[in-house]
Amino acid sequence: MLTFTNSGFYCEPGRFYIDPWRPVDRAVITHGHGDHARPGMGSYLCHTHTVPVLRSRLGEDIQVEGVPYGRLLSVNGVKVSLHPAGHIVGSAQVRMEYRGKVVVISGDYKTQDDGLSTPLEIIRCHEFVTESTFGLPIYNWTPVATQNEALRSWVAGNQAAGKTSVLVGYSLGKAQRIMKALESMAPLHVHASIGRLNQAYESAGVTLPEYKVINFYEDVRHLNGAVVIVPPSLLHSNLLQKIPNRAEALCSGWMQVRGARRWRSADAGFAISDHADWNGLLQTITATEAEKVYVTHGQTAVFARYLNEAGIPAGEVKTEFGDEEGPESIPAGTSPDKMGDA
Amino acid sequence: MRAFGTLISRLDSTNKTSLKLEAVDQFLREAPDEDKLWLLALFTGKRPRRKVSTTLLKDWVMEQTGIPEWLFRESYAAVGDLAETISLLLPEPDRYDDRSLSEWMEEILVVGEKPDAEKKEFVLRAWHMLPHQERFIFNKLLGGSFRVGLSSAGLINALARHYELDPNAVAHAIMGDWGPESVAFESLVRGHYANTSLSKPYPFCLAYAVEKEVEELGEITDWQAEYKWDGIRGQFIRREGEVFIWSRGEELVTDQFPEIRDALLSWKDDFVLDGEILVFKDGAVQNFSELQKRLNRKTITKKIMDDLPVVVYAYDLLEYRGKDIREEPMICRRKRLEVLFAGNLTAPFYLSTVIEPSDWEQLKQLRLESRGVNSEGLMLKHRQSPYHTGRKKGDWWKWKTDPLTIDAVLVYAQKGSGRRSGYYTDYTFAVRQGDNLVTIAKAYSGLTDKEIQEVSRFVNQNALEKFGPVRTVKPELVFEIAFEGIGFSSRHKSGVALRFPRILRWRKDKKADEIDDIEEIKKLIV
Repeated sequence: MLTFTNSGFYCEPGRFYIDPWRPVDRAVITHGHGDHARPGMGSYLCHTHTVPVLRSRLGEDIQVEGVPYGRLLSVNGVKVSLHPAGHIVGSAQVRMEYRGKVVVISGDYKTQDDGLSTPLEIIRCHEFVTESTFGLPIYNWTPVATQNEALRSWVAGNQAAGKTSVLVGYSLGKAQRIMKALESMAPLHVHASIGRLNQAYESAGVTLPEYKVINFYEDVRHLNGAVVIVPPSLLHSNLLQKIPNRAEALCSGWMQVRGARRWRSADAGFAISDHADWNGLLQTITATEAEKVYVTHGQTAVFARYLNEAGIPAGEVKTEFGDEEGPESIPAGTSPDKMGDA
Repeated sequence: MRAFGTLISRLDSTNKTSLKLEAVDQFLREAPDEDKLWLLALFTGKRPRRKVSTTLLKDWVMEQTGIPEWLFRESYAAVGDLAETISLLLPEPDRYDDRSLSEWMEEILVVGEKPDAEKKEFVLRAWHMLPHQERFIFNKLLGGSFRVGLSSAGLINALARHYELDPNAVAHAIMGDWGPESVAFESLVRGHYANTSLSKPYPFCLAYAVEKEVEELGEITDWQAEYKWDGIRGQFIRREGEVFIWSRGEELVTDQFPEIRDALLSWKDDFVLDGEILVFKDGAVQNFSELQKRLNRKTITKKIMDDLPVVVYAYDLLEYRGKDIREEPMICRRKRLEVLFAGNLTAPFYLSTVIEPSDWEQLKQLRLESRGVNSEGLMLKHRQSPYHTGRKKGDWWKWKTDPLTIDAVLVYAQKGSGRRSGYYTDYTFAVRQGDNLVTIAKAYSGLTDKEIQEVSRFVNQNALEKFGPVRTVKPELVFEIAFEGIGFSSRHKSGVALRFPRILRWRKDKKADEIDDIEEIKKLIV
């Protein structure tokens, strides 16, 4: 049913692509991150909450249809439905059923409930396509409550010292999650690129904590004690320098490793990720009861080998999905809008 | 160990000196004295040897987690630090026990001498009761090596600030042969043990590299010029009939050089010399690679001493008959050094030759020829200069010969460790050998963070093969490699070994077919 082409995953009987990276007629999109939702497709199909995100990022004039989780569609005889992936708000797994065989493309997913995205749904299937961004046993996240508590106590410490807390996280997903974690603790200020995506979510009926969009070209010295959320591209930028007396924290799964924290030299690093950790990946895959697993972006070779040794037949698939949360997506100088957020 | 864990976290998470000082200050306020002593011991190189082998630790963590060895290796490659990898792989602890750093160190020292089974029981117990950050530190302590984002100079400054003392005095006070079990912290920092220890060396006076035209340094007669030797800088101490040899790394190496030790014992007088240990054979100073063959050996046999005879070229006199004379001008200290030598004419000690050039031109010529005598270039010391503590700009300059350089192509890359884990930072370079490539050097430094990111991206996109953590890459990126010396070597495939290779610059203007040929490179060998 599924073939791996130069343009992306292709559902042959359904004649549509999932998260293609070259322009095609018909694309089903798992979520709005830049490496999964690319411009130039004839038409887009995605979850309702992702529609305004795509419009905001790819243009108002794209042809896009939104469907809720679980609604069964028939595309050229293939039964297609979207199911929660728990990655970010509106992120979806694509379930395809044709002649009794079920294939699921999970896109990016996580098993933890971040309090904002609809939690991951396990779908039993014959073939499962999984990411492997954090497919090494060194990546195991602490519970969300613990993560949020760490964030809040860091912000409280800064407030006590009269410092402004600057949190660095991807504008789509991570930023909203940080907002949620720090809700009602302090006034929340977000960078314009985050503000645009917040608006997109709000237009789709998603409720977010109260926030203000920060204008760096006006006086930002009054922020003492507040929280400022910016995308990774602003780290070490001149804009941030305008905020006096600030402490900076990075929120990314890569912060799990000390070397990564020291390399970025922020004041703090929180291992908060929208991707599944090692155990999350393994538990999900096992629960799908898939007979065959395809491993995409991330630790593909390692993870596929491990699955095979554990008795789950798995193969690597080369994709053009970015190592979005990868170390290389963090350097300064890229415009926030061009970032492949995760 | 919570306070120590917090200190390490805070040091890790900033590059700002002020915040590091603040973190140390907090630790000094909160931690018990015994822990402060251990901090000092760990940061100044006085740490115990490895108590539990890495092989055992690796075996135990694989047994505890059930992960196969290849996956352990992959994890290690991604983290770049064994202690941290182990800590990340282990499950969350089931209880917590807050013991102090010194309590842990004492237990580690005791268990280090016990059989493996007892070590294992102890380590597993610790693993099950410590949260990640403290477990990581515990693993580091077991290994005896610990690098954090604080230099010993940074620590000395923090201590000096906390106790309102002069940093030089603190540096002196904490040097030498004390152990955490036998001193009291504040007394140590305040220098109460400084006179009791006969072995105590002085901090070395270090030089900056000449940045401008030497003529701008003024009259040549104001400067004492000497050859800069590439050996082991050392301090040679004789006090009350006892002798000590310290290396620049603050390691006591007395017994590594029995012939020097015995010569010192035969001298009269009490003194502290600064000098260089060199292998001297067939009437000439030998390459550093010869000296290297003598290092880190358990025993120094007669054969080694015959094959690789060492000498000391004495540069300076820091203490004479118990009196610290570092504040006297260079010209006086040199005079005293010459007098001391006149009364004690013993090989293998020699005075470092003072070059008396007629003008800067002549000195420049000597510098260019210095590689011919296996020297790295020249040293310029102001004749009125005191013997400074550490590196001070202006009075001492090193004026090294320009490095030799070659153009080579990147062929292998490996992810770095520590701060740079996650990026490809360790590179192997190749040059041409006829129509093929032959590897010539490994280099870890010389690129900016930004360039490292760029190279990492190239490696990710152009990896040809994978051997564990190593990637073979398309030979495309050309770099100019600088090095201090070159010699024939049977151990290297290329037939040559480079000394101190490092990346001088990324030659984006060059293509892979413009790199150097090994036969041409061999012609550089003197």
